[in-house]
Amino acid sequence: MSLREKAKQRLQATAMSMVQKAVALAPDAWVPGGDPDPLIHHRNGLIGAPIPRLDAPEKVTGTARFAAEVPLDGMLYAALVYSTIAKGRLVSLDTSAAEAAPGVALVMTHRNAPRLKPLPTFTSNLRSAAQDSLPVLQDDRIHWNGQPVALVLAETQDQADYAKSLLHPVYEPGHAITRFAEAKAAGLETGAMMGMRFKDEIGDAETVLAACPVTVDEVYSTPRHNHNALELHAVTVVWDGDDLTVHDATQKLAHTAWSLAHAFDLAELQVRVFSPYVGGGFGGKGLWQHQLLAAAAARLAGRPVRLVLSREGVYRIVGGRTLTEQRLAIGARPDGRFKALVHLGTVAMTPHNNMPEPLIMGTRGSYAARALRLEVQAARVDMIANTFMRGPGEAVGTFALESAVDELAVRLGMDPIELRLLNEPEKEPTSGLPFSLREVEKIFRDGAERFGWSRRSQTPGQRRQGEWLIGMGVARGTYPHNRMPGGAARLTVTRDGRATVEFAGQEMGMGTATVHAQVTAERLGLPMTHVIATVGDSTLPGRVMAVASAQTASFGAAIAATHKKLVKELIGLAGNDGPLAGLSPDQVGGLNAGLAKLDDPTRHESYASILSRAGQAELTVEATAPLPLETMHWSMHSHSAMFCEVRVNAVTGEIRVSRILGAFDCGRILNARTAASQFRGAIIMGIGLALMEETQFDERNGRIMNASLAEYHVPVHMDVPDIEVMWTDTPDPHAPMGAHGVGEIGITGTAAAIANAVFNATGKRIRDLPITLDKLL
Amino acid sequence: MCLIVNGREVAVPEDPRVSLLDLLRERLDLTGTKKGCNQGACGACTVLVEGERIVSCLALAVQYDGRCITTIEGLAGNGELHPLQQAFIDHDGFQCGYCTPGQICSAVAMVGEVRRGVPSHVTSDLAAERVALDRDEVRERMSGNLCRCGAYNGIVDAIFDAFGDSPEEEAR
Ligand code: FES
Ligand code: FES
Repeated sequence: MSLREKAKQRLQATAMSMVQKAVALAPDAWVPGGDPDPLIHHRNGLIGAPIPRLDAPEKVTGTARFAAEVPLDGMLYAALVYSTIAKGRLVSLDTSAAEAAPGVALVMTHRNAPRLKPLPTFTSNLRSAAQDSLPVLQDDRIHWNGQPVALVLAETQDQADYAKSLLHPVYEPGHAITRFAEAKAAGLETGAMMGMRFKDEIGDAETVLAACPVTVDEVYSTPRHNHNALELHAVTVVWDGDDLTVHDATQKLAHTAWSLAHAFDLAELQVRVFSPYVGGGFGGKGLWQHQLLAAAAARLAGRPVRLVLSREGVYRIVGGRTLTEQRLAIGARPDGRFKALVHLGTVAMTPHNNMPEPLIMGTRGSYAARALRLEVQAARVDMIANTFMRGPGEAVGTFALESAVDELAVRLGMDPIELRLLNEPEKEPTSGLPFSLREVEKIFRDGAERFGWSRRSQTPGQRRQGEWLIGMGVARGTYPHNRMPGGAARLTVTRDGRATVEFAGQEMGMGTATVHAQVTAERLGLPMTHVIATVGDSTLPGRVMAVASAQTASFGAAIAATHKKLVKELIGLAGNDGPLAGLSPDQVGGLNAGLAKLDDPTRHESYASILSRAGQAELTVEATAPLPLETMHWSMHSHSAMFCEVRVNAVTGEIRVSRILGAFDCGRILNARTAASQFRGAIIMGIGLALMEETQFDERNGRIMNASLAEYHVPVHMDVPDIEVMWTDTPDPHAPMGAHGVGEIGITGTAAAIANAVFNATGKRIRDLPITLDKLL
Repeated sequence: MCLIVNGREVAVPEDPRVSLLDLLRERLDLTGTKKGCNQGACGACTVLVEGERIVSCLALAVQYDGRCITTIEGLAGNGELHPLQQAFIDHDGFQCGYCTPGQICSAVAMVGEVRRGVPSHVTSDLAAERVALDRDEVRERMSGNLCRCGAYNGIVDAIFDAFGDSPEEEAR
């Protein structure tokens, strides 16, 4: 990182901490969420109802069109050539044979690619979607093993792939730092990102730790991971003069439009990005080089282009989760009370991005300990830019933390649940903020009862059925409640009593449109069938990525603001001679397809009546959400208690997860069906994290070795038992709709619950993921 | 040379490299069949060839001259849903929906395999004439169809809902 960037980050961090202090001290009523969302009090309505996904018929019949499925006339197909060195220069690339191959329309290299303006990374600029700050096919320099060096366009994919095989780049390798040990030796820096610094020191934790009678002090490690959304990253692009239309698979819709406009030096509205369906994201479906390359090639060739990355291509140019090395130490009194907590992590990132996996985030708010020492340090490795992946920070950080708590429970001879509950903090230990909602004890108690935790033997290796050793484990998961700035929405009510809500949201399987149609219908007092939610178009209002489990809250707050404005305007239209005459917007709510006085529903007028009296066919309003200051005023987190039973084969070491239960403290659940699927899906990714997932990185040359779904193992049907999920459904009084995001909490804690169950089954403590059978033999 | 896709005659492409999957997606605009790996590792491209499931990314279109192919678009007729499609909706057997057509086609043929008594890795009695359709049989036999969203529980529930109660009913 340059000195300038460092200075900028320090400045951001200082400014952020000043804002945080001011917001923390402000009166509740000044902060968004100070007045609870009225929706929280709606019971027995649409909120929480297990309504099937509105796009379900399209998805089961194959008529939902994903990014690579938009037909365009005269379209060309692209194939990419990837660097096979990690650093250096491309010295020659003879394109003549490829250009002469059948069907080829263009071979694009840095020599003929259009000039593109560099992009700021999305962690440094609120509008950008770019993962790194590198130029895209602008010069001969190579920055990672896998970087695109050429693109071929041809009439068919087979022709493009064949022509690509005729390109034989010649490189001049430079010195690449691809070994983690070398990168660490070259210098570590304390992680900082988006105004946050990943370092907390309270008291002298090391000295307190050394004086504690009972301690755990261990090193835990996790490998690199890839998202592996099942849909290949793909884009279909077409230019019309200087206007660019992009059909993308993205979780960063509006940001992608801004970034493409910036790179091609266009006005933002000249770029329109559609992404109505995304075949899974998990943090990976951002702006990588392929969208820019496809748009550049289409411009050069003067024809529409489709670029679908091969599965190998996804590994080459879409970054994943970094590896981590973590020291986790807990010092406790003989009664189990924590006195010192140390969590130090070392992670990899690159010289051209800034994403120091924030693995201490979950540790900050989990346990009361008077002395804390938490820090993330990053080393710079020459590789594809690492990025956010489901549960960034917490997914791997809770593995270390919650394994260590289990180890401490063993040392103390205590039940691990009781040990956790004994150390529940009264306020957030690092920030001192009050909790907005925290029902940790409830989820552990209810979960334990449902799971049958009392049947667990505290001594490992006690339960055996034939060759199979059986064990139970538990762990806590945690994830912040986030809300992003930039939420906006448009709401239209028509004279026939129907409504449309529109926002630039993204649907990757979370059920975004369904849930917001539900929420909008409930606010308006309309049946579900009368509300349409439209997402997936960058020209709709709002600039919110589907990241950090924040999309629902971010657009939810915008829809609440929009609804408030709509009610105000409707009251204005209703005027002084209807049943609502003289009422203020705060006194009315949506009921039976109209507005009614909250405490006297007989004073009611339907939308149809208000609009027809006003002589209007419809009313449309747009509004933006207030800044998400509530997350600086309260400590807002989701929690889980993960219970797991494993069977380990004593002969082969084979591990099967036989039962798993997640109990969740995530605020109000908006749709029981889609939320349960989010919980289960994330738990399954947690099973992968625990038992099989690993991106194998060749430290000699910086190349990913298992760039395929045959060699990178994700959980399959047979790896997944029936998963039980339960939740408190207690609203967070300060969150929009009372709800927290539910997409990522499920992966946190899961790996530790499995590792702890493996210990309970076998007496073997595995501190290095994934827990493969060789580690148990 | 032609093949029959969802009851319609289709010319075999001239370029022998074209996979059945690319024929469907890029030339026939039948994009319901998905591409998740193009290497036979994910099952997203599963289609039925006269009732048998194949991964169409590993099949060259020319090999299927004269054969009848059914894709997700042809599974049910006249605007109706196949019972398994309805069951996927009822049990939330998907999130993003990208693996879904492959899961559905695969499951339809899988049930046929079970009914014919074809054993699997988890079948305890290999000599038995009948194989019971239990959850582990379904899981084992569906393991070639990856779902990164992790909708596995819902998928298994949907398969049972559509086929479990009446094991003798033919998979349509
Ligand atoms: S696309 Fe055919 S198996 Fe993956
Ligand atoms: S529903 Fe997304 S991969 Fe299965």
